[in-house]
Amino acid sequence: MKPPCPDQRAQASVPGHLHGRRATPSQRAAAALLLAASAVTPVLAVAQAKSVTDGIAEYRRMLEDANPAELFEAKGEALWTTPRGPKNATLQRCDLGLGPGVVKAAWVQLPRWFADTGRVQDLESRLLSCMETLQGFNAAEIATTAFDKGEQATLAALAAWVSAESRGQAMALPQGHAEERRFYALGQRAFHFRGGPMDFSCASCHGEDAKRIRLQELPNLTKNPGDGVGFAAWPAYRISNGELWSMQRRLNDCFRQQRFPYPAFASDVTIALGVYMGVNARGAVSIAPALKR
Amino acid sequence: MADPMRIRAQMANDKTAGDKATVRVLMSHEMETGLRKDAAGKLIPAWYIQDVSAQLNGKPVLSAQWGPSVSKNPFLQFSVKGAKVGDKISVTWKDNKGDSRTDEATVS
Repeated sequence: MKPPCPDQRAQASVPGHLHGRRATPSQRAAAALLLAASAVTPVLAVAQAKSVTDGIAEYRRMLEDANPAELFEAKGEALWTTPRGPKNATLQRCDLGLGPGVVKAAWVQLPRWFADTGRVQDLESRLLSCMETLQGFNAAEIATTAFDKGEQATLAALAAWVSAESRGQAMALPQGHAEERRFYALGQRAFHFRGGPMDFSCASCHGEDAKRIRLQELPNLTKNPGDGVGFAAWPAYRISNGELWSMQRRLNDCFRQQRFPYPAFASDVTIALGVYMGVNARGAVSIAPALKR
Repeated sequence: MADPMRIRAQMANDKTAGDKATVRVLMSHEMETGLRKDAAGKLIPAWYIQDVSAQLNGKPVLSAQWGPSVSKNPFLQFSVKGAKVGDKISVTWKDNKGDSRTDEATVS
């Protein structure tokens, strides 16, 4: 039997608990105060009786115009053309798979095989290669830097901008090269590999439809989960910590949630999982960089 | 220096709205409350936007006092009466460390 997702046992024991819950007056007042603090003319929620998913959908609509990922996009765009690093060079000659300097539509075709590095690379590992070869940065040092610190923050901003340049396009990961197909198979294996103290795999939570952790719906990543869901939504801005997360960081946290050892940044297993999810999501429209709770 | 804001200012599509423009502002700011602790257990000093103001063609149309309860990278939306396409909207914030930033957008 598959182990259940963390909170599903608890949900099962209190049926209807989540759907039946309504905000108390003090909670509503607190919500209104928060809105007033963050917007001068807030579109006040008409929140009364409705399902939890409706509520979340409404919350997302209210924030649609206000995705702080835009701030990171702007930062990334500026970083792309700024001469930096020991070689004092820009990234404008960086080849993301469609030729040097071509950024538009590059993201929906990543991860892919790169002949110059002899590797299948995802966006972050490719950007890292460019920062090393073009700008002279030490890629190994950046890979071991904590997320959101130093050049890792640079990488996140660049990832936000590059992915934004493919917004609205359908995922179109190539599978022509033998290595790309090998990485798909490797990713599929890693996705279903059960282990750790809780005997978890990615598939424990992301292998079936209509699963969730608390109020967070979990996309089924073994198939195309739909437009702007799963792989087609990352990088994303996380409201809960005010940081921009690339897919590398998303996966890093998935490993943590499964109580697996942390994967190395831009390691083959993380890229293989990207290939697996990305190829499965072929045709899904990208909304990256998205806005997440 | 602080990172730039993103400002969008658009005339309302709705005819009944008249000469109202909707302004949306995203600010890049840490907005530290002064209550959080770092990994070493030391208090992270407060650092947040205190004053926000907006001008339409140089004329003040909004001024606000903010505190530490406003979120990181805050979003501000307001509508301005008497605006027309081509007008300049500028927004300024000032934080408790004395840092400030002004950015401008054209109403479209």
